[in-house]
Amino acid sequence: MALEVNNICFSYPGSPVTAVERVSMKIEKGERVAIIGQNGAGKSTTAKILNNIYQPTGGTVLVDGVDTKGKTTAQIASHVGYVFQNPNDQIFNDDVVKEIEYVLRYWKLPEEEIVRRRDEVLDITGIRPFMSTHPFDIPLPIRKFLTIAVVLATDPDYVILDEPTAGQDNWGRKQLQTVMEYLQNKGKAIITISHDMEFVAENFERVIVMAHKNVIADGDRRDIFYRQEILSDAKVKPPVSTHIAQELHLERRVLNLEELVAALLQGDA
Amino acid sequence: MSVCIEFENVSYAYPLTKKAAVKQVSFQLETGKCYGIIGPNASGKTTICNLMRGLCPNFYNGTLKGKVIVCGKPMTEWDEAEISVRIGYVFQDPFAQVSGIKETVFEEIGMGLENLGVEQEEMMRRIVEIAKEVQVDHLLQKHPLALSGGQCQRVAFASVLALNSDIIVIDEPTSQLDPEGTEDVFEIISRLKAKGKTVIIAEHKVDLLAEYCDEMLVMADGRLLAKGETRAVLADPALEENGVQIPQVVQLANALAKAGKPLGAIPVNEKETMELLEQWRGGRDDGAGSK
Ligand SMILES: Nc1ncnc2c1ncn2[C@@H]1O[C@H](COP(=O)(O)OP(=O)(O)OP(=O)(O)O)[C@@H](O)[C@H]1O
Ligand SMILES: Nc1ncnc2c1ncn2[C@@H]1O[C@H](COP(=O)(O)OP(=O)(O)OP(=O)(O)O)[C@@H](O)[C@H]1O
Ligand SMILES: [Mg+2]
Ligand SMILES: [Mg+2]
Repeated sequence: MALEVNNICFSYPGSPVTAVERVSMKIEKGERVAIIGQNGAGKSTTAKILNNIYQPTGGTVLVDGVDTKGKTTAQIASHVGYVFQNPNDQIFNDDVVKEIEYVLRYWKLPEEEIVRRRDEVLDITGIRPFMSTHPFDIPLPIRKFLTIAVVLATDPDYVILDEPTAGQDNWGRKQLQTVMEYLQNKGKAIITISHDMEFVAENFERVIVMAHKNVIADGDRRDIFYRQEILSDAKVKPPVSTHIAQELHLERRVLNLEELVAALLQGDA
Repeated sequence: MSVCIEFENVSYAYPLTKKAAVKQVSFQLETGKCYGIIGPNASGKTTICNLMRGLCPNFYNGTLKGKVIVCGKPMTEWDEAEISVRIGYVFQDPFAQVSGIKETVFEEIGMGLENLGVEQEEMMRRIVEIAKEVQVDHLLQKHPLALSGGQCQRVAFASVLALNSDIIVIDEPTSQLDPEGTEDVFEIISRLKAKGKTVIIAEHKVDLLAEYCDEMLVMADGRLLAKGETRAVLADPALEENGVQIPQVVQLANALAKAGKPLGAIPVNEKETMELLEQWRGGRDDGAGSK
């Protein structure tokens, strides 16, 4: 069981240049993966191809072994969920509850199931206090959690979060961790696109790096954040603690503050 | 020193809300300095920015108490067209800043200049220069709505930079940017400061603010929790108690102090941290012999 793309290419209609070129990646069900890299690298475009919003002009997309070619976005949505980078591109109802229940009603799920799912995602994302606020009056960082709730309610096996960390404070980042734990407990795969390297290093063992329309590295976070040439090619900086450890030439590879403090106190030279 | 923006006991509530978004806030900002506004979500950072620019209450309505004074003149006496030039304002939501009425990034960046009646040649020169600065020069012929998230945010920033305002209020300009792009924005801000501009920037990336800002304003639940010189403010334990994020390097210093091996001072940027850490390790290594 995996979500897999092989050599996908895509150009936006009317655009003379490609947005992604021969991108390949495979994400197993239950896995947690971060995608990082340069603005304009093709991260969101790849995500939208995974979710079948766009059909690749070349290459294949396989969801649990099934080619998505010729399938509708609605058919894929129950397997692969995508939370948009810009929440305003995703929200189209004038009411939080309607927004969450929309697809469930379209699928004609039983009423008790709709209510159960709606209540569950309101709590997991922490947006219950905003239940009766107009979606566009909800503060931006919390509006993101509304769009996450909408996708969680559809219960897909692969969940793609596009820049969920943007503009989030400590509360928001903790809430995201709660969401990810919930998904992981249900055996879902989580693919998170983020520019927040502290968050990535803390929460994802596997990191995919994109630059120049392509994947330039895919591996363990401890290797990725110590490969300077890859990072600079993708306009990425390692977490602050990692960078300090690198500058001090500490032997141990550190990813966060606790590890840095431990290494310093133990006198790693 | 000359005062550039002054808040006198300002409280403000958006229409139809019971709770004030900003409560009894007073401060003075000096011309030519760079100010960082930090604080958790919903603490009032954007509202402070809106108040400085007069959008609260002129655009949002709502109830304002107290006084906002810009360049010696109360907000109530400013003409909207005039203040929109004096204060350049980059909105928090980059996707909302893009006008949607222009066909190319080039025109989008030039829109404000066009409204100001800047001469064609001068306008072209400025657009190209600024596009290079924020690295969107390869996108000038693209449609403003056909951009990646970070590209859109760069264009939004560029369109405000083009106005060359004396005061620049920037609300989370790096939320969608890759780490290098984020540092580039701060470099641009320090160049603006060098040109004598006053810069006010609301951000969650407190590590970078600590490095670039002269002073910090800390918001918590609509109140101004602290204001002052960056170093002094960031060392204040009240910040963490109020859920305000503090820089990693300050956290590092705190953790070492807690472990009984203090750094000797609280660093606010990586360079200082490295210097302190080198001394700290040197001091410890003395007894142990070689490194
Ligand atoms: N709607 C669109 N029409 C045309 N070109 C587009 C469109 N959306 C994105 N592009 C282009 O496709 C390329 C890849 O964009 P994409 O949004 O996938 O980047 P990204 O890696 O998600 O970047 P960011 O970190 O800035 O969000 C960019 O060069 C961008 O300008
Ligand atoms: N247009 C609005 N109408 C009603 N209430 C609003 C509006 N904008 C903000 N608020 C409320 O005012 C308070 C302060 O919000 P503000 O946007 O200033 O916070 P912030 O510190 O900028 O938060 P963030 O980090 O999420 O951007 C919040 O309680 C918010 O819900
Ligand atoms: Mg993107
Ligand atoms: Mg804000």
